[in-house]
Amino acid sequence: MTINEAQDELIEDFDLFDEWESKYEYIIDLGKQLPDLDEKYKTDANIIKGCQSLVWLHAYMDGELLKFEADSNAIIVKGLVNMLVKVLSGHTPEEIAKADVYFMDKVGLHQHLAQTRSNGLASMLKQMKAYGVAYQARPEVQK
Amino acid sequence: MITTANSLDITSIRNDFPILNEIVNGKQLVYFDNAATTQKPRLVLDALSGYYEHYNANIHRGIHHLAEKATGAFEESRRRLQKFINAPLSEEVIFTYGTTDSINLVAQTYGRRFLKKGDEIIISTMEHHSNIVPWQMLCEEKGCILKVIPINDDGELLMDEFEKMLSERTKFVSVVHVSNALGTINPIKEIIAKAHAVGAKVMIDGAQASSHLAIDVQDLDCDFYGLSLHKIYGPTGMGILFGKKELLDAMPPYRGGGEMIKEVTFAKTTYNELPYKFEAGTPNIADVVAAKFALDYVDNLGKENIAGHENDLLEYGTQALKEIEGLRIIGNAREKVSVISFVIDGIHHQDIGVLLDQQGIAVRTGHHCTQPLMQRFGITGTTRASFAVYNSIEEVDLLIKGLHKVKKMLG
Repeated sequence: MTINEAQDELIEDFDLFDEWESKYEYIIDLGKQLPDLDEKYKTDANIIKGCQSLVWLHAYMDGELLKFEADSNAIIVKGLVNMLVKVLSGHTPEEIAKADVYFMDKVGLHQHLAQTRSNGLASMLKQMKAYGVAYQARPEVQK
Repeated sequence: MITTANSLDITSIRNDFPILNEIVNGKQLVYFDNAATTQKPRLVLDALSGYYEHYNANIHRGIHHLAEKATGAFEESRRRLQKFINAPLSEEVIFTYGTTDSINLVAQTYGRRFLKKGDEIIISTMEHHSNIVPWQMLCEEKGCILKVIPINDDGELLMDEFEKMLSERTKFVSVVHVSNALGTINPIKEIIAKAHAVGAKVMIDGAQASSHLAIDVQDLDCDFYGLSLHKIYGPTGMGILFGKKELLDAMPPYRGGGEMIKEVTFAKTTYNELPYKFEAGTPNIADVVAAKFALDYVDNLGKENIAGHENDLLEYGTQALKEIEGLRIIGNAREKVSVISFVIDGIHHQDIGVLLDQQGIAVRTGHHCTQPLMQRFGITGTTRASFAVYNSIEEVDLLIKGLHKVKKMLG
């Protein structure tokens, strides 16, 4: 599945929800589904600090593909983090660096990306793309 | 009609605040973030647009009609604030950007001029960052020592510990009148008297107190008092510093520029008298002019009546919140204003805030710019509901209902 196909699938899922409750219950479920990040990756280097909640992001190369594992100490943010991982993880660094992430807007969650100070989600997206750029530029790191 | 025990007509008061009709996420707004900033009544909004529509002009130096009218309104606001805090002289009221600016002014002028290496400055555990960082900056520069009054588990200052800290080395004490994160009302009159007994000067951070409590700087005998108008139903971006005249006279200016000078030559500049010495540049005229109307509004309702209604909300809200399983109130001081900070077992405060917002309820979540205080309680943040005069018992019920929904969704 391409990055855009993954985004479109999420947008379709959200189309089913009329009520804010079902939308947020879905996000909370996504948060619960995302496995806790291994403690050894919860390092200062992997932390993305929001004003209120924390996000950890671990990136690694698996063959040609850049993969992400992530976590948060707030469940709604963790659900949103899971969505970003679903969309971007497992693609080439080039695809990730170039990706246009539009699904947050389309499903009416753009305010969570805008709250840069409170949840670090925008910084996480920026960091994911930065990994894409970095691994593209330094393919030897892949080994 | 919603009335209260002290017969304030809350329905009529709510009609004075147009923003309360806003629809947020499909629901009528419930605004419980009043400790961050209060909403503004219609007469303040009218005063702002009235100034720009009818007499916008730069003040003090113009000789035309508009300039005279604007200057008159500006200085009338100063006298109105003087009355609001019962300051002896109008020139003891300095206009600032707000409480943060007022504290920085004192630290950067009084502090830099009169404090020296080894002098001790006392603050408390429950200070807002704005009453911590300016003193840390000063300590770093001058080699002063910062001491911190501890608190008990209810969020009250340990006064015996404070007394033990006081000595001839204590040169300055800066404490908050009312805690923004806990609602605690501190015994500042006692603190001021005890600090004065060892010869220290005292600054009071009144940002959170000024909308709830009557302020009388002469009765308190404080040396400095700072407050922000946006927390008293007034405009953003303005506040005051009260200082005793002999201290303000002895302090050097804070910023250089127009208005604050008497005469400028390249060889030497002489400074203007109080209060203008501290008001360089064109001030925030519109907001200062409108501030008077906010104070009129508050005094018309009566601070005692406002406090009475807010205490009803506080008591009702505290009881109702305590019944929610797993909820713990942070800050149970015997003397407190209408601020309730709480945590719920196993739920991150940000999740609470997001899900309440979806229900149209505005609360504050996080550390409330009091990280050391949060550390004292071993938490990273709280959810805070803070009530103002226009809030109703029915709205508190909506918060309780909203929290039950949050718990169900996250359970």
